[in-house]
Amino acid sequence: MSDSNLVQIKGLRDGLLVTLGDAEWEVLHAALLGQIGEKADFFKGAKLALDVGNQDLHVAEITTLRDELSERGIMLWAILSNSSTTENTSQILGLATRLSKLRPETNAPVHPPGTEDFAMWVKRTVRSGVRLEHEGNVVVLGDVNPGAEIVASGSVIVWGRLRGVVHAGAQGDKEAVVCALDLSPTQLRIAAEIATTPERRSQPYPEMARLKEGHLVAEPWEPG
Amino acid sequence: MTSKVVTIASGKGGVGKTTAVANIAVALAQDGRKVVCIDGDIGLRNLDVVMGLENRIVYDLVDVVEGRCRLRQAMIRDKRLPELFLIPAAQTRDKNAVSPSDMVRLCDELRQECEWILIDSPAGIERGFRNTIAPADKVLIVTNPEVSAVRDADRVIGLLEADGKTDQGLIINRVNLSMVKRGDMLSVDDVLDLLAIEVVGIVPEDENVIVGSNRGTPIVLDGKSKASQAFMNISQRLQGQRVPFIDLEDHEGLWTRLTKLARGGE
Repeated sequence: MSDSNLVQIKGLRDGLLVTLGDAEWEVLHAALLGQIGEKADFFKGAKLALDVGNQDLHVAEITTLRDELSERGIMLWAILSNSSTTENTSQILGLATRLSKLRPETNAPVHPPGTEDFAMWVKRTVRSGVRLEHEGNVVVLGDVNPGAEIVASGSVIVWGRLRGVVHAGAQGDKEAVVCALDLSPTQLRIAAEIATTPERRSQPYPEMARLKEGHLVAEPWEPG
Repeated sequence: MTSKVVTIASGKGGVGKTTAVANIAVALAQDGRKVVCIDGDIGLRNLDVVMGLENRIVYDLVDVVEGRCRLRQAMIRDKRLPELFLIPAAQTRDKNAVSPSDMVRLCDELRQECEWILIDSPAGIERGFRNTIAPADKVLIVTNPEVSAVRDADRVIGLLEADGKTDQGLIINRVNLSMVKRGDMLSVDDVLDLLAIEVVGIVPEDENVIVGSNRGTPIVLDGKSKASQAFMNISQRLQGQRVPFIDLEDHEGLWTRLTKLARGGE
């Protein structure tokens, strides 16, 4: 297979989407750099999203590629993949894993269709430097440490300690809530409202934060 | 021979990685193990100074990788402990002089003749860090009971997990018991609460550590202070022995009693 079959390039609104074919990573990696070498001027200054299909990529592979791209004046901002390993790695490295950027917009659809009853399931500690972005709800079984960020268009539920930054209702959903067994985020945002956690006064207890008359309030989290 | 490559990393600089490498290496060598330390901080080498071997450097890590000398020629033998060796970093080059696969190859060669290969990782999470992580069987993360150091350690742990390096141990260095007591420093429990990985060492703050580093005599060589005991315990734990941690509560009790005595005498 020739390089052009392995590496397909498409223009996006604000950058390029490169889709890689099916081959060993070494082959794809070389083909991609080859293509970029041939069209250096075209790629220079580009914002690149890379669709790697089913490839399992680890930190070393992605960071190497990111360095190589940055040496050629290309900014790698997203990696799309069907592999959960690759998705995890990308998130840990602060890369986006979806093309749509979640931005607070007025008059945005409150619930993107079909996302209400589903959630992204995260069963691990979300550590510093990790950014999870999801269109829909997010459930974390584990802690969200300081320095970690979760951005969701729906609600965020943390079965653990929430100490990082959470933005629920990131597209403007004022009904979104944030719940945690210990709700002590560095910063909490719902829709366009921002709050920080007051000094912890006692033993932590489960709390739910939501918007009440335009203000962020936290209340004991009780069933029902 | 079974051999193990252990990388000591932290994310944040100045938390005591290099001191930890030097002292753990000395402790392992005192137990009769054959140990080689590699300084992975190319361009900002320190381990040679802390181990007191600076004036004996002829060849370095980059010379080995670029084929200017044989591996054995770059291994400086410690005169105090004949089973302890150092491969120093190059001072006049940067991290890009070595690649992760170079480090894997180098360590595979060292595995033939050494039981313990300790690698001192540079601060940061860039190329130098990735070089030193690549060959590691186990990674020890050094942190201080300080919010910024713990935050960086958390980031490093996340990166290691993503890279499949799941054999990790935590060293909490420079714990100042009287400050913890006053509530001015994170406690060991606070740190563990956040990082949630296995602890291999808790090292109390001790000014002898700095004196030792400046003199090129790792404190474990003297073996008297509490900090040197803590490093010896880490070496024992790495070798698979169960060693109880220095009982912090007990020490705290003693410290409080002493403080009270001192106050009473005022």
